[in-house]
Amino acid sequence: MSIPNNLRYTKSHEWVRLEGDGTATVGITQHAQELLGDMVFVETPAVGRKLKQSEECAVVESVKAAADVYAPIAGEVTAVNPELESAPEKINQDAYEAWLFKLKPDNASDLDKLLDATAYQNIIESEDH
Amino acid sequence: MLIFEHSRSGRRNYSQSPLTPTPTTGIPEKLLRKAPPLLPEVSEMDAVRHYTRLSQKNFSIDTQFYPLGSCTMKYNPRACNSLAMLPQFLARHPRAPESTGQGFLACMYELQEILKDVTGMAGVSLTPMAGAQGELIGIAMIRAYHESRGDTARTEIIVPDAAHGTNPATAVMCGYKVVEIATDKEGDVDMDALRAAVGPQTAGLMLTNPSTLGVFEKNVAEMSKVVHQAGGLLYYDGANLNAILGKVKPGDMGFDVIHINLHKTFSTPHGGGGPGSAPVGVAERLLPFMPVPIVTMEQGKYRWLTEKDIPQSIGRLSAHMGNAGVLLRAYIYVRLLGAEGMHRVAEFAALNANYLMAELSKVGFEIAYPTRRASHEFIVTLKDLKEKTGVNAMNVAKRLLDKGYHAPTTYFPLLVPECLLIEPAETESKETLDAFVASMKEILEEARTQPELVKNAPHTTPVRKLDDVRAARELDLVWKPA
Repeated sequence: MSIPNNLRYTKSHEWVRLEGDGTATVGITQHAQELLGDMVFVETPAVGRKLKQSEECAVVESVKAAADVYAPIAGEVTAVNPELESAPEKINQDAYEAWLFKLKPDNASDLDKLLDATAYQNIIESEDH
Repeated sequence: MLIFEHSRSGRRNYSQSPLTPTPTTGIPEKLLRKAPPLLPEVSEMDAVRHYTRLSQKNFSIDTQFYPLGSCTMKYNPRACNSLAMLPQFLARHPRAPESTGQGFLACMYELQEILKDVTGMAGVSLTPMAGAQGELIGIAMIRAYHESRGDTARTEIIVPDAAHGTNPATAVMCGYKVVEIATDKEGDVDMDALRAAVGPQTAGLMLTNPSTLGVFEKNVAEMSKVVHQAGGLLYYDGANLNAILGKVKPGDMGFDVIHINLHKTFSTPHGGGGPGSAPVGVAERLLPFMPVPIVTMEQGKYRWLTEKDIPQSIGRLSAHMGNAGVLLRAYIYVRLLGAEGMHRVAEFAALNANYLMAELSKVGFEIAYPTRRASHEFIVTLKDLKEKTGVNAMNVAKRLLDKGYHAPTTYFPLLVPECLLIEPAETESKETLDAFVASMKEILEEARTQPELVKNAPHTTPVRKLDDVRAARELDLVWKPA
């Protein structure tokens, strides 16, 4: 199971990467895309939208189900991945490459409160039954 | 092949043609068609052959075992259909005077009374035309109740994550915020999470019981107490009523409102996209808000109760009485069964589910909640099989089609990875169940020895494995001439 060490995670299976320019890039994890299966649609938030932490802000729809994506931290959306509209399968190909949106965090230190790779790994294992 | 592709210019099916041309008058010129609509031009025999062929390709409860979990695909006795189609019922106009429709009204009145008794509720309205409409009206009544008391601070509806997917959608449609609570390892609602979630903001709780995990909530009495103490009301999604019919009454569990899917439990074929029917039952305190019309009996005569009789009614849901044909089938079904027969429905639904669960477990399938007795359905998880062989739940489902079975529900509920939700229903024999187990065992062996065979299934159906990604992305639903 691929869980890169340089990313932060949420219980709801988003990953976050803090970029050099202070923005945070958000996607869904390898585990999440595996559970969902082949992606058919991705709906991203509008650029400029201000998100609260845990707010529903995107939808990933697969052949099995549609799942909400939640904002891992509060912030303003600065960019969305333009590729996903025509090629949602990129999430299945590489979940950590196919980011959904970038946001400017209200508070960069919020990132530190998210799960690290080990903690996220534990969550996945405890979900298995 | 589509019926349009059989079309040849000038061919006619005279039995379907109007006897005389009907002139159009009074319709503004700009709204009239300039060219005739594109309709298939086929002979009567072409049409008969086309649709007969389609029906032969169809997979149905009349031809094969159909263990589609959460859907209750059971046999619907022919008598219910033929009696509901008596000419006296078919020819009845919904606006005919009450005095000329006393027989129909009597059937509806008795059906209300029987459903009241089966569910333990104080009143029943038969008008909702689908499960989703029954739900919507149930929560709308809860809202009307709180509002009538000036209790407007209640903004949340609690929905366990093992509920039917329509439950949260219903709460949102009624203007509520959904608070989801988790399921514990045993498949029951997490009681600590429930206690933490309730408060003065709680309008109510929506419970699907037995849940989509196929288990009966062990703590239902306690749940009902917790929610009522917080001032909330309890909504019972009766979609899985087949499992408890005549055995336990939601009213006795403390529920304030329930919807019943007649198109699952009470003899209307289900799964074809309608028509459905979902009467709502209510406890005493919601009686003033029930949807109209309802049938009442006064001095031996039946009549409709309307807004005049129930001024706080949340209103009407359909042009008249909902799906009268489905209501009639249900009425005939309950009269054929009687109280004793209803008990047998629940007993055999539970027995068949538990037998099938035990037998599948014996041949090597992993049961998602092995410590629990199944209600009327149960879940198999193929997570382990997928890891070892690459064969997933969808592959197994498709391979079942080759073996002559309709696939169970796949990937629902979302809580359980790689799952099959299996519901045999009470009308299947032991022989059918045994044959199904044998086929499942064969598929398990195939997955281990020749996984590609299972992954590329189905091999024998009129249409082979479909590209479900492309089908979702490039919807192609409109026929155009070549």
